[in-house]
Amino acid sequence: MRLTASELACHRGGRDVFAGVNFAVGSGEALTISGRNGAGKSSLLRTIVGLLRPATGRLALEGGDPELSVAEQAHYLGHQDALKGSLSVAENLSFWAGFFGAPEIDVCKPLDEVGLAGLAALPAAYLSAGQRRRLSIARLIAVPRPIWLLDEPASTLDVAAQERLAKLMKSHLDGGGLILAAAHGPIGLDKAQELRLGEAA
Amino acid sequence: MTALAALFVRDMRIAVRIGGGALMGVLFFLVVVAITPFALGPDLALLKRVGPAILWIAALLASLLALDRLFASDHDDGSLDLILMGRAPLELVVAVKGLAHWLTTGLPVVAAAPLLGLFLNLDPPAEAALVLTLLVGTPALTFIGLIGAAIAVTLRRGGLLLAVVVLPLTVPVLIFGVAAANSAGAGAALFGMPFTMLCALSLASLVVGPFAAAAALRQEIE
Repeated sequence: MRLTASELACHRGGRDVFAGVNFAVGSGEALTISGRNGAGKSSLLRTIVGLLRPATGRLALEGGDPELSVAEQAHYLGHQDALKGSLSVAENLSFWAGFFGAPEIDVCKPLDEVGLAGLAALPAAYLSAGQRRRLSIARLIAVPRPIWLLDEPASTLDVAAQERLAKLMKSHLDGGGLILAAAHGPIGLDKAQELRLGEAA
Repeated sequence: MTALAALFVRDMRIAVRIGGGALMGVLFFLVVVAITPFALGPDLALLKRVGPAILWIAALLASLLALDRLFASDHDDGSLDLILMGRAPLELVVAVKGLAHWLTTGLPVVAAAPLLGLFLNLDPPAEAALVLTLLVGTPALTFIGLIGAAIAVTLRRGGLLLAVVVLPLTVPVLIFGVAAANSAGAGAALFGMPFTMLCALSLASLVVGPFAAAAALRQEIE
């Protein structure tokens, strides 16, 4: 499986966010996207999953399921955690599992992997920012998908949770998945390619 | 299909939990109808004559009450991004959300209508006609409202815009709904014409609403 972008450009609100972005990420490989604030890291990820339309350029996925779009084979972990405060931790996760087509999964195991097993019955409104982030990370483990698009995944996590995330990302890569992550600092992906936005353009 | 079922269950759960909109609509309906006799005075003939219209106006406003958060809450917490990425066609997603919204806000209003009809001195045939018109007409209000909810999705205070956009579109539903409810005692022919028009409006909005709302959502999210 290989995700390639050639001369990708994004135009929003009357200005060019980024232009001329090229990358190629294969199975088991990771790409970190860096750049100053507003350089278009999030916009690039949103363009890849089809939430924004690229102004020019193209994005191709080779070796994936031809029946499915890139977005349907990808997990997108955005700035927002996509959780409902009035639903419990387990209900939030099982909703997303069901929505992504895996309603029969047992949510205990992914919750255990992110260290939230003891809070399964707690309404998500009571979670801290880091716990909310861990709950959305549990979504990535609950439903296997080959492409992970992570937008500053470690931003609210404590040291232990960052290490756990690094382990999860490593096992995802070892399993043949690919990761594109926007990050300011190191997030524990060694041997990752680096894409710097906002300098070439 | 599993995606749509999961979404339906989630929306129903959120609506009936604390902070959900399920009881808001029916409570508003109750309050508006209950204060009307105080304003109009104890003229039983007058109450009987304006009763169906008041119940319909209250039902219309009640159905708009929780609509502005229908897509906006999913947009604010990022859920809408993931929903848009999913396999399920957006039109069906919108329709499922509309169905869950109607079941939790429209249906309780229909269920409360007979009791509130008594407050307004409606006799049993008029009550039956009223409940029937509300049962057929409130889905139209919800599904027309979906369009406004989708247009107002990115606005922080979208409620007012929603009302301005949606209310003119609901006028035909109101006209035929009240006409059918008023002509309950006047024979099958007089009741049938506005009632079939109401059914037609409802069916048309079930089709047009989700498509228009999905198109509006796609525009707004870009």
